Amino acid sequence: MSSLTDLSMLELAAKLASREVSSVEATQASLQRIAQVDPKVRAFLRVDEPGALKSAEASDARRKAGSPLSALDGVPVGLKDIFLTEGVETTCASRVLEGFVPPYDATVVRLLKEAGLPLVGKLNMDEFAMGSSNESSAYFPTHNPWDLTRTPGGSSGGSAAAVAAREVFGALGTDTGGSIRQPAALTNTVGLKPTYGRVSRYGVIAFASSLDQPGPMARTVGDTAALFQLIARHDPLDSTSADVETPDCLTGLEDGVRGLKLGVPREYFAEGMDPEVAGTLRASLEELEKLGATLVDVSLPHTKYALATYYLLASSEASSNLARYDGIRYGQRAKDARGLKELYTQTRGQGFGAEVKRRIMLGTYALSAGYYDAYYLRAQKVRTLIREDFTKVFQQVDAIVSPTSPVPAFKLGAKVDDPLSMYLMDVYTLPCNLAGLPGLSVPCGFTQAGLPIGMQLLGRPFDEARLLRIARAFEREHDFFRRAAPV
Amino acid sequence: MALTLEQVRHVATLSRLSLTPQEEERYATQLSAVLDAVAELEALDISQVEPTSHATLASSLLREDVLRPSLPPEAGLANAPAKVGTAFAVPKILE
Repeated sequence: MSSLTDLSMLELAAKLASREVSSVEATQASLQRIAQVDPKVRAFLRVDEPGALKSAEASDARRKAGSPLSALDGVPVGLKDIFLTEGVETTCASRVLEGFVPPYDATVVRLLKEAGLPLVGKLNMDEFAMGSSNESSAYFPTHNPWDLTRTPGGSSGGSAAAVAAREVFGALGTDTGGSIRQPAALTNTVGLKPTYGRVSRYGVIAFASSLDQPGPMARTVGDTAALFQLIARHDPLDSTSADVETPDCLTGLEDGVRGLKLGVPREYFAEGMDPEVAGTLRASLEELEKLGATLVDVSLPHTKYALATYYLLASSEASSNLARYDGIRYGQRAKDARGLKELYTQTRGQGFGAEVKRRIMLGTYALSAGYYDAYYLRAQKVRTLIREDFTKVFQQVDAIVSPTSPVPAFKLGAKVDDPLSMYLMDVYTLPCNLAGLPGLSVPCGFTQAGLPIGMQLLGRPFDEARLLRIARAFEREHDFFRRAAPV
Repeated sequence: MALTLEQVRHVATLSRLSLTPQEEERYATQLSAVLDAVAELEALDISQVEPTSHATLASSLLREDVLRPSLPPEAGLANAPAKVGTAFAVPKILE
Protein backbone atom coordinates (compact mmCIF):
# COMPACT_ATOMS: atom_id res chain seq x y z
CA MET A 1 0.00 0.00 0.00
CA SER A 2 1.67 3.13 -1.17
CA SER A 3 -0.90 5.59 0.03
CA LEU A 4 -4.01 5.99 2.11
CA THR A 5 -6.13 6.68 -0.96
CA ASP A 6 -5.21 3.26 -2.42
CA LEU A 7 -7.22 1.54 0.33
CA SER A 8 -10.64 0.12 -0.45
CA MET A 9 -13.57 1.50 1.56
CA LEU A 10 -13.70 -1.62 3.74
CA GLU A 11 -9.91 -1.56 4.30
CA LEU A 12 -10.13 2.08 5.33
CA ALA A 13 -13.13 1.29 7.56
CA ALA A 14 -11.05 -1.37 9.34
CA LYS A 15 -8.20 1.11 9.91
CA LEU A 16 -10.67 3.70 11.17
CA ALA A 17 -12.14 1.11 13.54
CA SER A 18 -8.71 0.18 14.91
CA ARG A 19 -7.88 3.90 15.22
CA GLU A 20 -4.82 3.44 13.05
CA VAL A 21 -6.11 6.24 10.81
CA SER A 22 -8.57 9.06 11.49
CA SER A 23 -11.36 10.20 9.22
CA VAL A 24 -9.77 13.64 9.06
CA GLU A 25 -6.55 12.03 7.76
CA ALA A 26 -8.46 10.00 5.19
CA THR A 27 -10.45 13.05 4.08
CA GLN A 28 -7.31 15.17 3.83
CA ALA A 29 -5.65 12.43 1.78
CA SER A 30 -8.65 12.46 -0.53
CA LEU A 31 -8.56 16.27 -0.83
CA GLN A 32 -4.81 16.20 -1.54
CA ARG A 33 -5.28 13.55 -4.20
CA ILE A 34 -7.98 15.73 -5.79
CA ALA A 35 -5.65 18.74 -5.76
CA GLN A 36 -2.96 16.59 -7.36
CA VAL A 37 -4.87 14.80 -10.15
CA ASP A 38 -8.17 16.58 -10.73
CA PRO A 39 -6.66 19.34 -12.88
CA LYS A 40 -6.02 16.47 -15.35
CA VAL A 41 -9.04 14.23 -14.71
CA ARG A 42 -11.63 16.98 -14.10
CA ALA A 43 -14.07 14.74 -12.28
CA PHE A 44 -15.31 17.37 -9.83
CA LEU A 45 -17.70 20.22 -10.53
CA ARG A 46 -17.14 21.44 -6.98
CA VAL A 47 -15.26 20.24 -3.93
CA ASP A 48 -16.75 20.92 -0.51
CA GLU A 49 -13.57 20.96 1.54
CA PRO A 50 -14.96 22.67 4.68
CA GLY A 51 -18.08 20.48 4.70
CA ALA A 52 -16.08 17.27 4.23
CA LEU A 53 -13.55 18.12 6.96
CA LYS A 54 -16.27 19.14 9.40
CA SER A 55 -18.02 15.86 8.80
CA ALA A 56 -14.73 13.94 9.22
CA GLU A 57 -14.04 15.69 12.53
CA ALA A 58 -17.50 14.75 13.75
CA SER A 59 -16.84 11.14 12.71
CA ASP A 60 -13.56 11.07 14.65
CA ALA A 61 -15.32 12.49 17.70
CA ARG A 62 -17.96 9.74 17.51
CA ARG A 63 -15.25 7.13 17.14
CA LYS A 64 -13.51 8.48 20.20
CA ALA A 65 -16.76 8.32 22.13
CA GLY A 66 -17.23 4.71 20.95
CA SER A 67 -20.37 5.41 18.92
CA PRO A 68 -19.72 5.16 15.15
CA LEU A 69 -22.94 5.44 13.14
CA SER A 70 -22.29 2.70 10.57
CA ALA A 71 -19.67 0.30 9.20
CA LEU A 72 -18.49 3.06 6.83
CA ASP A 73 -18.57 5.98 9.30
CA GLY A 74 -15.73 8.32 8.33
CA VAL A 75 -15.10 7.00 4.79
CA PRO A 76 -15.12 9.94 2.31
CA VAL A 77 -17.25 9.60 -0.83
CA GLY A 78 -18.35 11.75 -3.78
CA LEU A 79 -21.77 12.42 -5.29
CA LYS A 80 -22.87 12.81 -8.87
CA ASP A 81 -24.22 16.35 -9.26
CA ILE A 82 -27.71 14.96 -9.83
CA PHE A 83 -28.29 14.49 -6.08
CA LEU A 84 -29.73 17.45 -4.16
CA THR A 85 -27.41 18.53 -1.34
CA GLU A 86 -28.71 21.07 1.16
CA GLY A 87 -26.65 24.25 1.01
CA VAL A 88 -24.29 22.98 -1.73
CA GLU A 89 -24.84 24.14 -5.33
CA THR A 90 -26.36 21.42 -7.53
CA THR A 91 -26.54 21.94 -11.29
CA CYS A 92 -26.95 18.51 -12.91
CA ALA A 93 -24.10 19.81 -15.11
CA SER A 94 -26.55 22.22 -16.79
CA ARG A 95 -26.40 25.99 -17.29
CA VAL A 96 -30.12 26.16 -16.65
CA LEU A 97 -29.56 25.21 -12.98
CA GLU A 98 -26.45 27.31 -12.46
CA GLY A 99 -26.50 28.85 -8.98
CA PHE A 100 -29.20 26.51 -7.66
CA VAL A 101 -28.65 25.75 -3.97
CA PRO A 102 -31.09 23.06 -2.81
CA PRO A 103 -33.00 23.72 0.40
CA TYR A 104 -33.02 20.00 1.30
CA ASP A 105 -31.09 16.75 0.85
CA ALA A 106 -31.99 13.85 -1.42
CA THR A 107 -32.96 10.80 0.67
CA VAL A 108 -29.75 8.96 -0.28
CA VAL A 109 -27.69 12.00 0.73
CA ARG A 110 -29.47 12.08 4.07
CA LEU A 111 -28.79 8.36 4.52
CA LEU A 112 -25.06 8.81 3.81
CA LYS A 113 -24.93 11.70 6.27
CA GLU A 114 -26.77 9.65 8.88
CA ALA A 115 -24.22 6.86 8.33
CA GLY A 116 -21.39 9.34 8.96
CA LEU A 117 -19.71 9.45 5.53
CA PRO A 118 -17.95 12.75 4.69
CA LEU A 119 -19.24 14.04 1.31
CA VAL A 120 -16.25 15.44 -0.55
CA GLY A 121 -18.00 17.14 -3.45
CA LYS A 122 -20.18 17.07 -6.52
CA LEU A 123 -19.08 15.10 -9.56
CA ASN A 124 -19.34 15.93 -13.23
CA MET A 125 -21.85 14.16 -15.48
CA ASP A 126 -23.60 14.46 -18.80
CA GLU A 127 -26.15 17.28 -18.64
CA PHE A 128 -29.30 15.95 -16.95
CA ALA A 129 -27.69 12.47 -17.23
CA MET A 130 -28.21 12.45 -21.01
CA GLY A 131 -25.12 11.05 -22.65
CA SER A 132 -22.63 8.22 -22.61
CA SER A 133 -19.32 10.09 -22.55
CA ASN A 134 -19.57 13.05 -20.13
CA GLU A 135 -19.08 15.38 -23.07
CA SER A 136 -22.57 16.81 -22.83
CA SER A 137 -21.72 18.40 -19.46
CA ALA A 138 -22.27 22.15 -19.84
CA TYR A 139 -19.00 22.79 -18.02
CA PHE A 140 -16.20 20.53 -19.28
CA PRO A 141 -15.65 16.89 -20.21
CA THR A 142 -14.17 14.52 -17.64
CA HIS A 143 -11.12 12.53 -18.75
CA ASN A 144 -10.56 8.81 -18.28
CA PRO A 145 -7.77 8.30 -15.72
CA TRP A 146 -6.57 5.27 -17.73
CA ASP A 147 -5.97 7.44 -20.81
CA LEU A 148 -6.62 11.17 -20.52
CA THR A 149 -7.43 11.49 -24.23
CA ARG A 150 -10.43 9.20 -23.75
CA THR A 151 -13.87 9.47 -22.18
CA PRO A 152 -14.64 7.82 -18.82
CA GLY A 153 -18.12 7.00 -20.17
CA GLY A 154 -21.33 8.49 -18.93
CA SER A 155 -23.48 9.79 -17.63
CA SER A 156 -21.93 9.04 -14.21
CA GLY A 157 -18.46 9.53 -15.75
CA GLY A 158 -17.32 11.97 -13.06
CA SER A 159 -18.21 9.45 -10.34
CA ALA A 160 -16.39 6.63 -12.16
CA ALA A 161 -13.30 8.73 -12.92
CA ALA A 162 -13.04 10.04 -9.34
CA VAL A 163 -13.22 6.51 -7.94
CA ALA A 164 -10.78 5.13 -10.53
CA ALA A 165 -8.32 8.01 -9.99
CA ARG A 166 -8.50 7.36 -6.22
CA GLU A 167 -9.80 10.85 -5.52
CA VAL A 168 -12.61 9.36 -3.44
CA PHE A 169 -13.10 5.88 -1.97
CA GLY A 170 -16.56 5.44 -3.46
CA ALA A 171 -19.32 7.45 -5.10
CA LEU A 172 -22.98 7.47 -5.98
CA GLY A 173 -24.24 7.61 -9.55
CA THR A 174 -27.55 7.14 -11.30
CA ASP A 175 -28.41 4.70 -14.07
CA THR A 176 -31.23 5.35 -16.57
CA GLY A 177 -29.90 3.32 -19.50
CA GLY A 178 -26.50 2.19 -18.23
CA SER A 179 -25.11 5.38 -16.72
CA ILE A 180 -23.55 3.58 -13.73
CA ARG A 181 -22.47 0.34 -15.42
CA GLN A 182 -20.98 1.69 -18.66
CA PRO A 183 -18.62 4.22 -16.99
CA ALA A 184 -17.70 1.57 -14.39
CA ALA A 185 -16.70 -0.77 -17.23
CA LEU A 186 -14.65 1.95 -18.93
CA THR A 187 -12.71 2.84 -15.76
CA ASN A 188 -12.00 -0.54 -14.05
CA THR A 189 -14.50 0.09 -11.27
CA VAL A 190 -17.55 -1.76 -9.96
CA GLY A 191 -20.99 -0.22 -10.50
CA LEU A 192 -24.36 -1.50 -9.34
CA LYS A 193 -27.69 -0.40 -10.81
CA PRO A 194 -30.19 -1.66 -8.23
CA THR A 195 -33.67 -3.00 -8.95
CA TYR A 196 -36.03 -0.17 -9.87
CA GLY A 197 -37.57 1.06 -6.60
CA ARG A 198 -34.84 -0.34 -4.37
CA VAL A 199 -33.14 3.04 -3.80
CA SER A 200 -35.17 6.21 -3.31
CA ARG A 201 -35.30 8.76 -6.12
CA TYR A 202 -36.49 11.54 -3.78
CA GLY A 203 -34.23 14.53 -4.33
CA VAL A 204 -32.61 12.97 -7.38
CA ILE A 205 -33.07 15.29 -10.36
CA ALA A 206 -35.43 13.44 -12.69
CA PHE A 207 -34.52 12.39 -16.25
CA ALA A 208 -36.79 9.43 -17.09
CA SER A 209 -38.76 8.59 -13.97
CA SER A 210 -39.73 5.03 -14.86
CA LEU A 211 -36.08 4.10 -15.56
CA ASP A 212 -33.83 6.21 -13.27
CA GLN A 213 -32.22 4.44 -10.34
CA PRO A 214 -29.39 5.62 -8.03
CA GLY A 215 -26.63 3.20 -7.10
CA PRO A 216 -23.11 2.75 -5.72
CA MET A 217 -19.78 2.86 -7.56
CA ALA A 218 -16.56 1.68 -5.93
CA ARG A 219 -13.27 -0.10 -6.57
CA THR A 220 -14.21 -3.49 -5.12
CA VAL A 221 -17.30 -5.65 -4.98
CA GLY A 222 -17.24 -5.60 -1.17
CA ASP A 223 -17.21 -1.80 -1.11
CA THR A 224 -20.08 -1.71 -3.59
CA ALA A 225 -22.09 -4.07 -1.39
CA ALA A 226 -21.37 -2.06 1.76
CA LEU A 227 -22.34 1.25 0.13
CA PHE A 228 -25.46 -0.30 -1.42
CA GLN A 229 -26.67 -1.49 1.98
CA LEU A 230 -26.58 2.04 3.32
CA ILE A 231 -28.84 3.46 0.62
CA ALA A 232 -31.27 0.57 -0.08
CA ARG A 233 -34.20 1.69 2.03
CA HIS A 234 -37.93 2.08 1.58
CA ASP A 235 -38.79 5.78 1.40
CA PRO A 236 -42.33 7.05 1.93
CA LEU A 237 -41.32 10.28 0.13
CA ASP A 238 -40.94 8.34 -3.17
CA SER A 239 -44.18 6.70 -4.29
CA THR A 240 -42.25 4.24 -6.47
CA SER A 241 -39.95 3.18 -3.63
CA ALA A 242 -40.32 -0.55 -2.98
CA ASP A 243 -41.40 -1.52 0.52
CA VAL A 244 -38.93 -4.39 0.88
CA GLU A 245 -36.33 -5.20 3.49
CA THR A 246 -32.79 -3.86 3.16
CA PRO A 247 -30.75 -6.79 1.84
CA ASP A 248 -27.76 -8.30 3.61
CA CYS A 249 -25.25 -8.45 0.76
CA LEU A 250 -22.11 -8.96 2.85
CA THR A 251 -22.87 -12.19 4.73
CA GLY A 252 -22.94 -14.52 1.72
CA LEU A 253 -20.55 -12.49 -0.40
CA GLU A 254 -17.77 -15.10 -0.37
CA ASP A 255 -20.05 -18.08 -1.10
CA GLY A 256 -18.88 -18.46 -4.72
CA VAL A 257 -20.74 -19.51 -7.86
CA ARG A 258 -20.75 -23.29 -7.50
CA GLY A 259 -24.12 -24.65 -8.61
CA LEU A 260 -25.35 -21.39 -10.13
CA LYS A 261 -26.78 -21.33 -13.65
CA LEU A 262 -25.62 -18.34 -15.67
CA GLY A 263 -27.39 -17.41 -18.88
CA VAL A 264 -25.34 -16.22 -21.84
CA PRO A 265 -27.72 -14.37 -24.18
CA ARG A 266 -26.69 -14.95 -27.79
CA GLU A 267 -28.08 -11.53 -28.81
CA TYR A 268 -25.51 -9.84 -26.52
CA PHE A 269 -22.57 -11.28 -28.41
CA ALA A 270 -23.51 -9.81 -31.73
CA GLU A 271 -21.73 -7.98 -34.50
CA GLY A 272 -20.20 -4.62 -33.70
CA MET A 273 -18.46 -5.76 -30.55
CA ASP A 274 -14.80 -4.92 -30.25
CA PRO A 275 -12.82 -8.17 -30.75
CA GLU A 276 -10.76 -7.62 -27.60
CA VAL A 277 -13.94 -7.09 -25.56
CA ALA A 278 -15.46 -10.24 -27.07
CA GLY A 279 -12.31 -12.31 -26.42
CA THR A 280 -11.99 -11.13 -22.81
CA LEU A 281 -15.64 -11.88 -22.16
CA ARG A 282 -15.32 -15.41 -23.57
CA ALA A 283 -12.32 -16.02 -21.31
CA SER A 284 -14.24 -14.65 -18.31
CA LEU A 285 -17.16 -16.97 -19.01
CA GLU A 286 -14.78 -19.95 -19.07
CA GLU A 287 -13.41 -18.83 -15.72
CA LEU A 288 -16.86 -18.66 -14.19
CA GLU A 289 -17.42 -22.19 -15.47
CA LYS A 290 -14.17 -23.36 -13.86
CA LEU A 291 -15.32 -21.77 -10.61
CA GLY A 292 -18.33 -24.09 -10.66
CA ALA A 293 -21.07 -22.19 -12.50
CA THR A 294 -23.02 -23.77 -15.34
CA LEU A 295 -23.30 -21.67 -18.49
CA VAL A 296 -26.62 -21.83 -20.32
CA ASP A 297 -27.15 -20.55 -23.84
CA VAL A 298 -30.26 -18.33 -23.68
CA SER A 299 -32.12 -16.01 -26.01
CA LEU A 300 -33.65 -12.58 -25.39
CA PRO A 301 -35.27 -12.24 -28.82
CA HIS A 302 -36.46 -8.63 -28.50
CA THR A 303 -33.05 -7.25 -27.59
CA LYS A 304 -32.60 -5.57 -30.94
CA TYR A 305 -35.67 -3.42 -30.29
CA ALA A 306 -34.51 -2.22 -26.88
CA LEU A 307 -32.49 0.74 -28.13
CA ALA A 308 -35.35 2.27 -30.10
CA THR A 309 -37.80 1.56 -27.28
CA TYR A 310 -35.48 3.12 -24.73
CA TYR A 311 -34.85 6.33 -26.66
CA LEU A 312 -38.55 6.89 -27.30
CA LEU A 313 -39.59 6.26 -23.70
CA ALA A 314 -36.66 8.02 -22.00
CA SER A 315 -37.00 11.07 -24.25
CA SER A 316 -40.76 11.22 -23.74
CA GLU A 317 -40.38 11.12 -19.97
CA ALA A 318 -37.54 13.66 -20.16
CA SER A 319 -39.61 16.09 -22.22
CA SER A 320 -42.22 16.02 -19.48
CA ASN A 321 -39.80 16.11 -16.51
CA LEU A 322 -37.75 18.98 -17.94
CA ALA A 323 -40.81 21.19 -18.39
CA ARG A 324 -40.10 22.48 -14.87
CA TYR A 325 -37.03 24.43 -16.04
CA ASP A 326 -38.87 27.55 -17.09
CA GLY A 327 -36.88 30.28 -15.35
CA ILE A 328 -39.58 31.05 -12.82
CA ARG A 329 -38.78 29.27 -9.54
CA TYR A 330 -35.09 28.40 -9.69
CA GLY A 331 -32.02 28.41 -11.88
CA GLN A 332 -31.29 30.81 -14.70
CA ARG A 333 -33.76 33.17 -16.37
CA ALA A 334 -33.23 34.71 -19.80
CA LYS A 335 -32.65 38.44 -19.68
CA ASP A 336 -34.55 40.86 -21.92
CA ALA A 337 -37.39 38.46 -22.74
CA ARG A 338 -40.60 40.19 -23.76
CA GLY A 339 -43.60 38.48 -22.21
CA LEU A 340 -44.04 35.17 -20.45
CA LYS A 341 -43.84 32.84 -23.45
CA GLU A 342 -40.63 34.39 -24.63
CA LEU A 343 -39.27 34.11 -21.09
CA TYR A 344 -39.91 30.36 -21.22
CA THR A 345 -38.58 29.72 -24.72
CA GLN A 346 -35.47 31.86 -24.32
CA THR A 347 -34.63 30.56 -20.84
CA ARG A 348 -34.86 27.00 -22.14
CA GLY A 349 -33.23 27.74 -25.48
CA GLN A 350 -30.24 29.37 -23.80
CA GLY A 351 -30.10 27.11 -20.74
CA PHE A 352 -30.15 23.62 -22.25
CA GLY A 353 -27.33 22.03 -24.21
CA ALA A 354 -27.59 20.29 -27.59
CA GLU A 355 -28.22 16.74 -26.34
CA VAL A 356 -30.90 17.82 -23.87
CA LYS A 357 -32.73 19.85 -26.51
CA ARG A 358 -32.51 16.93 -28.95
CA ARG A 359 -34.15 14.57 -26.46
CA ILE A 360 -36.82 17.08 -25.39
CA MET A 361 -37.69 17.54 -29.08
CA LEU A 362 -37.78 13.79 -29.74
CA GLY A 363 -39.93 13.19 -26.66
CA THR A 364 -42.32 16.04 -27.46
CA TYR A 365 -42.69 14.70 -30.98
CA ALA A 366 -43.32 11.14 -29.77
CA LEU A 367 -46.03 12.36 -27.39
CA SER A 368 -47.65 14.87 -29.73
CA ALA A 369 -51.12 14.57 -31.25
CA GLY A 370 -51.14 12.13 -34.15
CA TYR A 371 -47.86 10.44 -33.20
CA TYR A 372 -48.54 9.16 -29.69
CA ASP A 373 -49.85 5.75 -30.80
CA ALA A 374 -47.16 5.29 -33.44
CA TYR A 375 -44.26 6.08 -31.13
CA TYR A 376 -44.91 6.33 -27.39
CA LEU A 377 -47.65 3.72 -27.01
CA ARG A 378 -45.89 1.34 -29.38
CA ALA A 379 -42.68 1.65 -27.41
CA GLN A 380 -44.52 0.89 -24.17
CA LYS A 381 -45.88 -2.28 -25.74
CA VAL A 382 -42.47 -3.37 -26.96
CA ARG A 383 -41.24 -2.74 -23.43
CA THR A 384 -43.68 -5.43 -22.31
CA LEU A 385 -42.12 -7.89 -24.80
CA ILE A 386 -38.63 -7.08 -23.53
CA ARG A 387 -39.72 -7.61 -19.92
CA GLU A 388 -41.32 -10.93 -20.83
CA ASP A 389 -38.07 -12.09 -22.48
CA PHE A 390 -36.26 -11.63 -19.16
CA THR A 391 -39.04 -13.24 -17.11
CA LYS A 392 -38.81 -16.36 -19.27
CA VAL A 393 -35.01 -16.57 -19.13
CA PHE A 394 -34.98 -16.15 -15.35
CA GLN A 395 -37.11 -19.29 -15.07
CA GLN A 396 -34.06 -21.18 -16.38
CA VAL A 397 -31.07 -19.31 -14.95
CA ASP A 398 -29.97 -17.49 -11.78
CA ALA A 399 -28.32 -14.56 -13.56
CA ILE A 400 -27.32 -13.35 -17.02
CA VAL A 401 -23.73 -12.56 -18.05
CA SER A 402 -22.78 -10.23 -20.92
CA PRO A 403 -20.35 -7.50 -21.86
CA THR A 404 -21.17 -4.13 -20.28
CA SER A 405 -20.06 -1.95 -23.21
CA PRO A 406 -19.46 -3.10 -26.79
CA VAL A 407 -16.18 -1.15 -26.93
CA PRO A 408 -13.54 0.07 -24.47
CA ALA A 409 -13.22 3.80 -23.70
CA PHE A 410 -13.28 5.83 -26.92
CA LYS A 411 -11.50 9.09 -27.70
CA LEU A 412 -13.07 12.32 -26.49
CA GLY A 413 -14.75 13.98 -29.44
CA ALA A 414 -15.04 10.77 -31.48
CA LYS A 415 -18.82 10.43 -31.35
CA VAL A 416 -20.03 13.84 -30.26
CA ASP A 417 -21.66 14.78 -33.56
CA ASP A 418 -23.22 11.40 -34.20
CA PRO A 419 -26.05 10.79 -31.73
CA LEU A 420 -26.96 7.37 -33.13
CA SER A 421 -23.43 6.05 -32.75
CA MET A 422 -23.30 7.43 -29.20
CA TYR A 423 -26.63 5.77 -28.37
CA LEU A 424 -25.18 2.40 -29.41
CA MET A 425 -22.85 2.57 -26.40
CA ASP A 426 -25.85 1.67 -24.24
CA VAL A 427 -27.02 -1.31 -26.28
CA TYR A 428 -26.18 -3.96 -23.65
CA THR A 429 -27.13 -1.98 -20.57
CA LEU A 430 -30.50 -0.44 -21.31
CA PRO A 431 -32.74 -3.53 -21.61
CA CYS A 432 -32.19 -4.01 -17.86
CA ASN A 433 -33.62 -0.54 -17.14
CA LEU A 434 -36.65 -1.16 -19.34
CA ALA A 435 -37.36 -4.31 -17.32
CA GLY A 436 -36.52 -2.70 -13.95
CA LEU A 437 -33.93 -5.39 -13.12
CA PRO A 438 -30.70 -5.08 -11.13
CA GLY A 439 -27.46 -4.95 -13.13
CA LEU A 440 -23.81 -4.85 -12.13
CA SER A 441 -20.56 -4.21 -13.98
CA VAL A 442 -17.35 -5.76 -12.66
CA PRO A 443 -13.84 -5.37 -14.14
CA CYS A 444 -12.86 -8.42 -16.20
CA GLY A 445 -9.65 -7.43 -17.97
CA PHE A 446 -7.75 -4.94 -20.08
CA THR A 447 -7.11 -4.42 -23.76
CA GLN A 448 -3.55 -4.62 -25.05
CA ALA A 449 -3.47 -0.83 -24.95
CA GLY A 450 -4.31 -0.97 -21.23
CA LEU A 451 -7.98 0.07 -21.37
CA PRO A 452 -10.37 -1.55 -18.89
CA ILE A 453 -13.10 -4.02 -19.93
CA GLY A 454 -16.23 -4.74 -17.87
CA MET A 455 -18.48 -7.75 -17.48
CA GLN A 456 -22.17 -7.19 -16.86
CA LEU A 457 -24.36 -9.35 -14.61
CA LEU A 458 -28.16 -9.03 -14.72
CA GLY A 459 -30.46 -10.55 -12.12
CA ARG A 460 -34.04 -11.14 -11.02
CA PRO A 461 -35.77 -8.23 -9.29
CA PHE A 462 -34.29 -7.56 -5.82
CA ASP A 463 -31.57 -10.19 -6.33
CA GLU A 464 -28.62 -7.77 -5.96
CA ALA A 465 -26.98 -9.95 -3.30
CA ARG A 466 -26.54 -12.80 -5.79
CA LEU A 467 -25.06 -10.49 -8.46
CA LEU A 468 -22.56 -9.18 -5.92
CA ARG A 469 -21.70 -12.76 -4.89
CA ILE A 470 -21.00 -13.78 -8.51
CA ALA A 471 -18.94 -10.63 -9.10
CA ARG A 472 -16.98 -11.31 -5.92
CA ALA A 473 -16.22 -14.91 -6.94
CA PHE A 474 -14.76 -13.53 -10.17
CA GLU A 475 -12.92 -10.65 -8.50
CA ARG A 476 -11.27 -13.03 -6.01
CA GLU A 477 -9.38 -14.64 -8.91
CA HIS A 478 -7.89 -11.35 -10.11
CA ASP A 479 -6.02 -8.28 -8.99
CA PHE A 480 -7.67 -5.83 -11.37
CA PHE A 481 -8.93 -3.69 -8.51
CA ARG A 482 -5.38 -3.32 -7.16
CA ARG A 483 -4.18 -1.84 -10.46
CA ALA A 484 -4.08 1.92 -10.26
CA ALA A 485 -4.86 4.14 -13.21
CA PRO A 486 -1.67 5.77 -14.53
CA VAL A 487 -2.73 9.30 -13.69
CA MET B 1 -39.05 9.62 -41.81
CA ALA B 2 -37.78 13.07 -42.79
CA LEU B 3 -38.90 15.98 -40.63
CA THR B 4 -39.50 19.29 -42.38
CA LEU B 5 -38.23 22.55 -40.93
CA GLU B 6 -41.82 23.49 -40.32
CA GLN B 7 -42.36 20.36 -38.22
CA VAL B 8 -39.19 21.07 -36.25
CA ARG B 9 -40.44 24.59 -35.53
CA HIS B 10 -43.81 23.20 -34.42
CA VAL B 11 -42.16 20.73 -32.03
CA ALA B 12 -39.88 23.49 -30.73
CA THR B 13 -42.96 25.62 -30.01
CA LEU B 14 -44.62 22.74 -28.16
CA SER B 15 -41.35 22.20 -26.24
CA ARG B 16 -41.05 25.91 -25.40
CA LEU B 17 -37.57 26.02 -26.91
CA SER B 18 -36.23 28.95 -28.90
CA LEU B 19 -33.94 27.59 -31.62
CA THR B 20 -31.53 29.35 -33.93
CA PRO B 21 -31.93 28.70 -37.69
CA GLN B 22 -28.76 26.54 -37.52
CA GLU B 23 -30.28 24.48 -34.71
CA GLU B 24 -33.49 24.02 -36.70
CA GLU B 25 -31.47 22.63 -39.62
CA ARG B 26 -29.39 20.37 -37.39
CA TYR B 27 -32.37 18.96 -35.49
CA ALA B 28 -34.28 18.34 -38.73
CA THR B 29 -31.41 16.12 -39.90
CA GLN B 30 -30.66 14.44 -36.57
CA LEU B 31 -34.25 13.82 -35.51
CA SER B 32 -35.05 12.41 -38.94
CA ALA B 33 -32.19 9.94 -38.52
CA VAL B 34 -33.38 8.94 -35.05
CA LEU B 35 -36.96 8.51 -36.28
CA ASP B 36 -35.70 6.33 -39.13
CA ALA B 37 -33.84 4.19 -36.62
CA VAL B 38 -36.85 3.75 -34.32
CA ALA B 39 -39.09 2.83 -37.24
CA GLU B 40 -37.85 -0.75 -36.82
CA LEU B 41 -40.44 -1.12 -34.04
CA GLU B 42 -43.10 -1.17 -36.78
CA ALA B 43 -41.93 -4.67 -37.70
CA LEU B 44 -43.40 -6.12 -34.49
CA ASP B 45 -46.97 -7.31 -34.15
CA ILE B 46 -48.07 -5.65 -30.91
CA SER B 47 -51.84 -5.87 -31.42
CA GLN B 48 -52.24 -8.30 -28.50
CA VAL B 49 -49.66 -6.71 -26.18
CA GLU B 50 -50.45 -4.60 -23.13
CA PRO B 51 -48.27 -1.50 -22.64
CA THR B 52 -45.83 -1.33 -19.71
CA SER B 53 -45.66 2.19 -18.34
CA HIS B 54 -43.64 1.21 -15.31
CA ALA B 55 -41.27 -1.62 -14.46
CA THR B 56 -42.76 -2.33 -11.06
CA LEU B 57 -46.40 -1.94 -12.08
CA ALA B 58 -47.13 -0.48 -8.66
CA SER B 59 -50.66 0.70 -8.01
CA SER B 60 -51.26 4.19 -6.68
CA LEU B 61 -50.17 4.72 -3.11
CA LEU B 62 -52.23 6.75 -0.70
CA ARG B 63 -51.19 8.23 2.60
CA GLU B 64 -53.09 9.71 5.49
CA ASP B 65 -54.25 13.24 4.75
CA VAL B 66 -52.50 14.86 7.68
CA LEU B 67 -50.80 18.22 8.05
CA ARG B 68 -47.00 18.01 7.90
CA PRO B 69 -44.30 20.65 7.95
CA SER B 70 -43.14 21.77 4.50
CA LEU B 71 -40.48 24.16 3.23
CA PRO B 72 -40.83 27.64 4.73
CA PRO B 73 -41.65 30.31 2.11
CA GLU B 74 -38.21 31.94 2.34
CA ALA B 75 -36.52 28.58 1.57
CA GLY B 76 -38.92 27.96 -1.32
CA LEU B 77 -38.19 31.42 -2.73
CA ALA B 78 -34.45 31.39 -2.05
CA ASN B 79 -33.58 30.27 -5.60
CA ALA B 80 -36.08 32.48 -7.44
CA PRO B 81 -34.50 34.52 -10.26
CA ALA B 82 -36.98 37.31 -9.41
CA LYS B 83 -39.43 37.72 -6.53
CA VAL B 84 -41.77 40.26 -5.02
CA GLY B 85 -42.48 39.81 -1.32
CA THR B 86 -43.43 36.17 -0.86
CA ALA B 87 -44.22 35.58 -4.57
CA PHE B 88 -42.29 34.60 -7.70
CA ALA B 89 -42.18 37.54 -10.11
CA VAL B 90 -43.07 36.95 -13.79
CA PRO B 91 -43.65 39.32 -16.70
CA LYS B 92 -47.11 40.81 -16.96
CA ILE B 93 -49.53 38.60 -18.87
CA LEU B 94 -52.51 40.99 -18.86
CA GLU B 95 -52.38 44.61 -19.93
